[in-house]
Amino acid sequence: MSQPFIQVEGISFEYTINNHKTVPVLENVSFDVHPGEYVTIIGHNGSGKSTLSKHFNGILKPLSGNIYVDGLNTREANLQREIRQKVGMVFQHPDNQIVATIVEDDVAFGLENIGVPSSEMKARIDFALDAVGMSEFRKRPPHHLSGGQKQRVAIAGILAMKPDCLVLDEATSMLDTYGRRDILDVVRRLNNDGMTIVSVTHHMSEVAEASRVIVIEKGQIVLDGAPREIFQQYELLHQLQLDVPLASQLARLVHEYDNEFQADLIHNEEIIQEVMRLSAKRGVYVG
Amino acid sequence: MSDSTILEVKDLQHIYMEKTPLEHQALSGVSLSVEEGESIAIIGNTGSGKSTLIQHFNGLMRPQRGEVTVEGQYLSDPKLDVKALRRKVGLVFQNPEDQIFEKLIGDDIAYGPLKMGLPLKEVRDRVKWAMELVGLSFEELKDRVTYALSGGQKRKVALAGVLALKPKILVLDEPTAGLDPRSRQELLDQIVRLNEKENMTVIFVSHNMEEVAYLAKRIYVLADGRNLIDGTPGDIFGNSEVLSKHHIGAPQTVEILAQLKARGYPVNLKAYEIETAAKEMVSVLQSFRR
Repeated sequence: MSQPFIQVEGISFEYTINNHKTVPVLENVSFDVHPGEYVTIIGHNGSGKSTLSKHFNGILKPLSGNIYVDGLNTREANLQREIRQKVGMVFQHPDNQIVATIVEDDVAFGLENIGVPSSEMKARIDFALDAVGMSEFRKRPPHHLSGGQKQRVAIAGILAMKPDCLVLDEATSMLDTYGRRDILDVVRRLNNDGMTIVSVTHHMSEVAEASRVIVIEKGQIVLDGAPREIFQQYELLHQLQLDVPLASQLARLVHEYDNEFQADLIHNEEIIQEVMRLSAKRGVYVG
Repeated sequence: MSDSTILEVKDLQHIYMEKTPLEHQALSGVSLSVEEGESIAIIGNTGSGKSTLIQHFNGLMRPQRGEVTVEGQYLSDPKLDVKALRRKVGLVFQNPEDQIFEKLIGDDIAYGPLKMGLPLKEVRDRVKWAMELVGLSFEELKDRVTYALSGGQKRKVALAGVLALKPKILVLDEPTAGLDPRSRQELLDQIVRLNEKENMTVIFVSHNMEEVAYLAKRIYVLADGRNLIDGTPGDIFGNSEVLSKHHIGAPQTVEILAQLKARGYPVNLKAYEIETAAKEMVSVLQSFRR
């Protein structure tokens, strides 16, 4: 097994809610993310998943325990810059991430900060804007873009930095179906090219894309495994206020009426294939 | 316009930064009409003008060209009582953080009713009512600080703050984006209840077509700043031509059915609900025999 890219070792975290009270958010969480993995983290609102994701590039430091990114401890202030270059983070609300008045300047902002030569800058901006399908908007002011378009610009800003790992904290939750599909295509392509992906999401169809899913409840890991495995635990997920992808629900329903239909499908495409397989097996359409 | 029309938009246009090199036309002629007690979804591709449109409904933006009327009142009227309008039309934004500014949850939700000059007892009752409506425990959470809330909880607080004003028209921009599946379903059920039991008119913008299918009785489709068609969810989702031409998603059920149809299976695209979609597939599969 390769050396883990992110090592989470027994971390805990809490928020102070008033003078007398604190709320524990993470309790003794440990896991590793290996280079090239595509991990999704799910859990209901307030389960601690966003807090956890903010630990991956040192935005938050654990109260106890340690996180290592490529062997670097996120607690070390002088490693901060190096860590953030390795782990790029995209948040739910693009407005908080956009700084410039023209789209391409916004994408260039991070590059200027890390001193990328201007000769290389153009190629990186071209690549990043093209990857998110926003090239034609490069001269536009970002504040007149729609939420989905802004989010694509924010993602481009991260991609231009060429990080080893991309952390998405509900980054597609404001996008439409097509916008989300575009982003997921980008993410899949980046992952195929070797980039490590960690994605916090509520969209179960997005989870089905990943190689691994971690389920968080009350600040602890309750499930960790391959999506197809996890999505068979329908009742447990429901108790955790979670869901399964629509394809899974549909497959289970069809299976109830027609038990030859496989129940453990998780992708839309698998549903189509299963209908084709069964209909071909049964013969010809007689109406 | 009929007696029960509560909101009407006629040929509304909006140009951002007009007469500058950055000029951008967001609305180029939108007309729609909403009856009291309806539940209306506005759908369209990113950049189709949805958010610009709904910001006109409570006077945040004034019509540049065209008309918007709420209960017969022209919103372009310079003497418009904006305060009264905003009590009538409650707008919940896409980003709940933008709408929360008090330190404590209870205070934040009480802000609007207090500004209305309601007696303290009434304010307290309304805060409690609004919090329980969105599934936030009044006793447990009213004295909690707002900054330690998760994104989904902030959204509920923002919604409660608007509901506490008891608006006649509730306008929501992506009401459940960022909520977990259970919270999403609970919130949708509460909105359905407000619409059906309290006769609150609901107008919402959403990218989530499952949500649109669940909540809307009628859908307007926007593209390039114009409204193209309107109709029931069955009509609109069955019209895959218009949807795909304008890059608008359909519910996943319809997408699966459409792919089956494209492969020659005789399925009905109007079966957007999951049970009916499953039955469509079952009946098609039973029609294959030797």
